[in-house]
Amino acid sequence: MNLTSKALLLLAGLALAACNNPRGAGTFGGGVADGFGNNDFVDAGISTGNLGDPNDPRSVAHFQQRIGDRVFFTTDSTALSAEGRATLEAQARWLNANPQFSIIMEGHADERGTRDYNIALGERRANAAMQFLIGQGVSANRMRVVSYGKDRPVEACPEQRCWDVNRRAVTAIAGVTG
Amino acid sequence: MTRFFVFLTALAALFVTSIAPMATQAQPLRLQITEGVIEPMPFAVPAFVPENSGGSQYGDALARVIAANLSNTGLFREVPQQAHIARITSFDAGVSYSDWRAVNVQALITGAVSVQGNRMTVKFRLFDVLTGQQVGDGLQFAGTTDSWRRMAHKVSDAVYSRITGEGGYFDSRVVFISESGSRINRVRRLAIMDQDGENVQFLTDGRAMVIGPRISHTGERILYTTYETGTPRLALMNTQTGQRQLIGDIPGAQVFSPRFTPDGSGLVFSAARGGNTDLYRMSLSSGQIQQLTSSPSIATGPSFSPDGRMITFESDRSGTSQIYIMPATGGEARRISFGQGRYNTPVWSPRGDLIAFTKSHAGRFHIGVMRTDGSEERLLTASFLDESPTWAPNGRVIMFTREAQGGDPSLFSVDITGRNLRRIPTPGPASDPSWGPLRP
Repeated sequence: MNLTSKALLLLAGLALAACNNPRGAGTFGGGVADGFGNNDFVDAGISTGNLGDPNDPRSVAHFQQRIGDRVFFTTDSTALSAEGRATLEAQARWLNANPQFSIIMEGHADERGTRDYNIALGERRANAAMQFLIGQGVSANRMRVVSYGKDRPVEACPEQRCWDVNRRAVTAIAGVTG
Repeated sequence: MTRFFVFLTALAALFVTSIAPMATQAQPLRLQITEGVIEPMPFAVPAFVPENSGGSQYGDALARVIAANLSNTGLFREVPQQAHIARITSFDAGVSYSDWRAVNVQALITGAVSVQGNRMTVKFRLFDVLTGQQVGDGLQFAGTTDSWRRMAHKVSDAVYSRITGEGGYFDSRVVFISESGSRINRVRRLAIMDQDGENVQFLTDGRAMVIGPRISHTGERILYTTYETGTPRLALMNTQTGQRQLIGDIPGAQVFSPRFTPDGSGLVFSAARGGNTDLYRMSLSSGQIQQLTSSPSIATGPSFSPDGRMITFESDRSGTSQIYIMPATGGEARRISFGQGRYNTPVWSPRGDLIAFTKSHAGRFHIGVMRTDGSEERLLTASFLDESPTWAPNGRVIMFTREAQGGDPSLFSVDITGRNLRRIPTPGPASDPSWGPLRP
């Protein structure tokens, strides 16, 4: 737990202001590692980290709320939209300016599919976002992929508006490297 | 890290003894399922005769479990006890067939039960009322009182098997995921229950997300995917001892979708890495892992043929998910699904003749079956979301997950003819069933 103890651990349960990405507005609930299913984190209890002031461009709060920590996909697709690429470019600038942070790239799918296929699809989406960040100069050594398939939605409704925000790749700030 | 397990007590083996027939065996009572049964066969199962005071509390309970099992198949219809004219007061007394014919009973099941301490003996006979003949020998089961439902399931299996000529499936268990909490922060626990939803036991504590369990072909081990380390990993659990280990690590990969080989010596699973999901095979004795597919696409949802020689799986190598078959050691895969829509989760029937699957088309999800060459596709269900079919041990019934629009998932079963859709009672929302073998 050495890494964890000095890491900036931000549990998903922390209530944060909605991110400013218009498609993600009001849906913020994840975006930080991890809290779900990770016993090490659970066993450690809730670690409180300082998110900082979103107006401070070096803060994690700024990354999550101003830049936007997630990109969205159309049904069964792993293609990055122009908006998604712009978000990832801004993420890469922030990550390159703040090299102390490591990242968990989460891949997610909506509920309209079978469980195993959606894990594979979530991995593809996370990989697409991660490869884009690598192309922008972010070191692969800082990043790790986790696919949750359809099982960690941020919005629960059997409608298009919820599926649209659940098909996502989330760049979760995992902690301080080194 | 504390581990929470419910240890499953191994039931004392049930001893089966044959009872001499009361009449010579004649033309058996027959119900041909393959020809499509429209009219269920009427049967009666009076309360089993208690042969001592300890047996009295079980006489009616045994009959009720047997009646429910047979009625739930959709192939049989119970003539209720209040309509009976004859009373069974002695297991060995002659049967007054005319009294049973008068209330239109075709199959009569009589039985007796005695209890000494925690030991229990259950006997039954099956009669063809129309011909006035006993069907097969009577049978006697001996075990402990806490396995009394299992003895009723054993009787049900014997009756079902004698009348249909097919194997039974009542004395079997189902592993599944029991869900609770909000959909945003769902708690998922590995659980096991009898096929009729009774005797639910939880096998994990819900702290880690678990999905997609598979029970071994002997019913003693469970493979599943767990997120307890933060990334999906494969876990192997022994249901007798509660012992558990993580297996099949592939560095940098998400591993999921594990399935036992039919002989239980190994497994096949999916690993996703670099945007590509392939199938791998692992020996449980050596731990050696062999890559089976290397297509730049998704290959998942594997299932072995009962003889272990072939694997069916889903792949989107053609652009959308379709069903393929390849040798169990890898090699060239042949596509067998060509209908409209997407095909996922192929599962080989224990009889070897059919493959069950999930199909999505035009916004609806279906459970279906096709022959192993892809011909004679039949859709059995339709809903907002049906998925994850699993076969009853006799290959006649499929259990699956159904989620109504905006509702919670629950388990359903359907006959391979598409009839007799039934919800399986569970303590809460439930998903990902895996149907185990008939128990010895």
